[in-house]
This record gives sequence, structure tokens and C-alpha cells, in this order.
Amino acid sequence: MTATVEAAPRGGARRTSPKPAKRGPGAARRHLTPWMMLAPGIILFALFMAAPILYTFVLSFQSEVVQGLGLGSGARTREFVGFDNYLASLSDPEFLASVGRVLLYGLILVPTMLGLALLFALLLDARRTGAKGFSRVSIFLPYAVPAVISSLLWGFLYLPAVSPFYWIFERLGWDVPSMLSPGLVVFAIANIGLWGGVGFNMIVMYTSLKAVPSEIYEAARIDGASEVQIAWRIKVPIIMPALVMTALFSMIATLQVFAEPTTLRPLTNSLSTSWSPLMLVYRDAFTRDDIYSAAATSVIIALATFAISFIFLRVVQRRAFGQED
Amino acid sequence: MTVTTETRAAVLHDVDAASARRAGRTGRGSNGGDQRVPVAVGSTAVLLLGALYCLLPVAWVLIASTKDASELFSTFTFAPSTHLWDNIVALTEYRDGLYWRWMLNTALYAGVGAIISTYVSALSGYALAKYTFPGKGVVFKVLLMGVLVPGVILAIPQYLLLAQAGLTNTYWSVLLPQLISPYGIYLARIYAAAAVPTDIIESARTEGARELYIFHRIALPMMGPGLVTIFLFQFVAVWNNFMLPYIMLGNDELFPITVGLSGLLNQGASLPAMYTLVITGALLSVVPLIALFLVLQRYWRVDLAAGAVKA
Repeated sequence: MTATVEAAPRGGARRTSPKPAKRGPGAARRHLTPWMMLAPGIILFALFMAAPILYTFVLSFQSEVVQGLGLGSGARTREFVGFDNYLASLSDPEFLASVGRVLLYGLILVPTMLGLALLFALLLDARRTGAKGFSRVSIFLPYAVPAVISSLLWGFLYLPAVSPFYWIFERLGWDVPSMLSPGLVVFAIANIGLWGGVGFNMIVMYTSLKAVPSEIYEAARIDGASEVQIAWRIKVPIIMPALVMTALFSMIATLQVFAEPTTLRPLTNSLSTSWSPLMLVYRDAFTRDDIYSAAATSVIIALATFAISFIFLRVVQRRAFGQED
Repeated sequence: MTVTTETRAAVLHDVDAASARRAGRTGRGSNGGDQRVPVAVGSTAVLLLGALYCLLPVAWVLIASTKDASELFSTFTFAPSTHLWDNIVALTEYRDGLYWRWMLNTALYAGVGAIISTYVSALSGYALAKYTFPGKGVVFKVLLMGVLVPGVILAIPQYLLLAQAGLTNTYWSVLLPQLISPYGIYLARIYAAAAVPTDIIESARTEGARELYIFHRIALPMMGPGLVTIFLFQFVAVWNNFMLPYIMLGNDELFPITVGLSGLLNQGASLPAMYTLVITGALLSVVPLIALFLVLQRYWRVDLAAGAVKA
């Protein structure tokens, strides 16, 4: 009878079962079962994540060498070129400029988005705010709109001929430059990111706020703390882990901006095909047929992302897997 | 900004789980339900201003899609017109209903893709949560690293590899790479660990039930609410993924709605009449999405409550 307990994968349930189970074949089968269940996931992971990553690494160290006139099938050969592609990428003024633009974009977007998300979350959590249900749903709504569609909508709202803002500016006699002019286009794209992201981050912070037992606030109120003091001194410190994580994810996401500037391009001349690092990768790979440079640039972007993600992984692992056996 | 939805899922889940645990312990009810206090005008106004900002583009597209091509540029933006039906007809007639084909494609990529992906995640997550076997730690760590790989970085090598298999410019090229979701597996593992008691698996085994039977008939229903969340996040992730189909597909009959509309806008640069089609198309694609989303919201709440009971 005790044999059944041994056969159990986990010793969690220590109770003798009424029926004796056959041990031998069952245990062997149970060793294979988890692998069978993991097989689809592992195969898909290997084919569509691991293999592409390895392939990018291989490509990034290669280059195409043209022999003779470059005609015929044998005239082009792949060659190992070491870190040449990396050096070329890192010293490419276009790449550096795109990184600079994306950094500026992130610098505008991330603090604004998280600041507003925190403000809205605190207001939703405050006792004396009205219209909470309506506001929460409305602010969260843009999360359902894909980046391409939101870029389309805002793109039209930026066009002076169609935009209600420019209609108002005109009536007021103001001469406002187009949001899609070279100096302002980064703000235009940041605004699209803000619109799409503020609601999601608000919900994350709000969920985290709702988890705080209200007795804490009651105690502070009895001590004479104002609502603003409670928000700043108690609520914000308590939800700090949520703030840290939303900040990290937002920073990672800014590095990858692609859909918004790509969608806006037909509406303006201010967006080059190398506006963001990923647009540059796309152009190198598909317009210029230089997959080797594109691969090296991809690896650089991925490594930068990893550098940021590494911090996140440590936070998440400690928080989410500390209590699981 | 394209915050990858999967990454968002990871945060949201983490926060949800923590809140569910605490909510279960302290039993704090909904906000402000305890006592009535007068509404503060200032903070309500700020919140409504935020809501207004978020609704503005939606309101604009609703009104703009009622205008014909000349009115779009000549009448005041928020003055509605009467051409919505004409615009829908024009959009439907555009290249024999190509737009509706994009809609169907999107439903296929996001809907079918997310269902399969959720099932694969559930299988893997359950195996990782409920079995002890050599190599488990390594498998989980490798998969977890996948959570951190930015999906967009993969798109180009995925294209090159699929091109060698002759699969680019097919439905498979967009569907297959998005079936694997390390985030989904990560979430499924947490849900399986929290929602499926080991005792029940044990007693089913004693009764002689096969392992896959236990998974399908006992564990899967128990993981239900969590799986809905995984499905939703994967659905939004696929729907939102612009770069993959943009790279993989050349034939516009295979496009999802996002790539299709982006292409129409491109033509609009030289042919302003296209703008009306783009705007109507954007409206029609956003409406079902928002409707679906409001339903999903309810599911999220259900999931939260269910998690509170279980934790």
C-alpha cells in the first residue's frame, strides 16, 4: 500500500489510497508524460525562437563577398567577417541617430505616461473622486486599439486640413506648426504611445493599489493625514514594485518602436526609413538586401534590451517564484 | 508604443496574483463602498479630462467615417454627415471585398492562433507545475529567457528560415511563429500550480485515469479562468503584431487588417479618395475590438475574483 506514495511525483498528498496502484509501468509512463506534454511547446520554441536567434548570430558574423562582376550564381559567396558588421553598425551615423531619436522619444514618453497613469490610478483609488467607472473604462479603451490603427487615427488628427485642433488654432489666429514637421514628429509619435499605453499602466497600478488593506489609510486619517499626503507617503511607496516594473517594460518597448512611425510615414516627409532602430533593421534587410548588417544591428538592439530586462528578471523571479515549490 | 502584450501580461498577472492574495486575506471590498463622501470636483475633472483625451480619436473616427471624400477636408471635423453607409459600401466594393477578407484573416491569425497557443501553453505549464522530472529546471529557465526576447528581433530571421522552407507569403508564416508564447507558458504554470490541487491528480491516478485524461478532463477545466486570460493576451498580442505579417506577406489577400489599412493609407498619399476608405476601415475594425474588449473586461474581473478564492 505504501508503494503508491512512492510512485507519486510529489510527496504532497500523504494519504494511503484505498486501492493499490500498479507501480512499475505507471511510474515509467509518468516520467515520459511531462516530456510528451512539453513537446509541442519545446518544438515550437526551438523552431521559431531558438533557431532564429542562433541564425541571427551566425548571419551577424558573415558578409556577402562579390567576386568578379558579381554575375552568375557562384559569384556571391558568404564569408566570415568577425565583428566587422558590429563595428560598422556601431559607427553608422544613421544607426546612432535612430538610437538618439528613440532615446528622446522614450525620455518624453515614459515619464509622461507613467506619471499620468499613476495620477489616474491614485484618483481612481481616492475616496472622493466621481465618474470612476466611466473614466476607468474610457482610459483603458485605447489598449484594445492596435498601434497601427491608433497611428492612423492620430495621423489624421495631426493633419491641419482634417484636425479639430488646427481648426481651433486657426480661429484663434495662432500659427501652430504641423505636428508632423521634423521638429515635432517625435512628440507626435510619443503622444500615440501615450494614448495607447497610459490606460494599461493605470490598470496595473490601480490593481496594485486596490490590494492595499484600507485599515492603513484609516489609521493615517485618524492621525490627521490629508488625502494627498496619504497618496504620496503611503500609496506610492506601497505600489513601488508595480511602478518599477511598468517603468522597465515601458523602456524596453520604446527601443522597439516600429509600427507607429511606419504607419505615419505616408503622411509626412519628416520620417526617414531609418527613423527608429527597428525601421533601420527592416530597411537594411528588405530594401537593401543586406541581411548581415541587419542581423548585427538586431543583436545590438537585443543585447540592449537584455541589459534592461536583466534587472526586471531579478525583480520578477524574487516576487513571483519565491513562494512556488 | 508597442509594449509587447505578453510582457504586459506578465506584469498584470503578477500584480493580479498579489492583489488577489491580499484581497482574499483582508476582504477589502470595492472602493468607497464603505461610506459616502462628497465628490471632489477637481480630481473628478482631471479624471474626466483623461477620459476625454482617450475617447477623442474614437469620437473623431466615428464622425469622420460619415463624411464623403470632399467633406472630409472641407467641413468642420466634428460636424457629422450622412455618408457612413456609402462609405461602407465603397469599402466593401473595394477590390471585391478585400477589406472583409482582411477581417477574416485577422480573425484567423488572432483567434485560431490564440486558441492553439493557449492549449500549447496549458500543456507545457501544467507539465512544469505538476511533474517532477530531471531537466525541469533547465527547461523552465530556457523558456523564461524566451519571455525576454523581443519578438520583433525574431521577425527577420524567422522570415529567412521560413523562406528556406518555402512558407513565406502563406497563412502559415504568420500563424506558426505566434503559436509559441513563453509568457503563456509562464502564466499557465502559475495557474496550474495554484488552481489544480495535487491531491485530486493523485486520486484520479489511483482510480487508474491516464495522465492525458487527467489533464484534459480535470486540470484543464480547473485552469479555465486563467486560460481565458492567456487567450486574451495572446489574442491582443497577435492582433497588435504589425511587423511579422508586414515582413512575411506580399500577397494582399493574406493581409491582416493592420497591414491592409497601412497599405491603403500609403496609396492615399497619392489618391486622397482612399482616405475615406482608410477611415471607414479603421472604424469598422475598432468597433468589434472595443465590443470584445468590454466583454473581456468582465472576464478579467471574474479571473481576479476566482484567483482570490483559490489563493
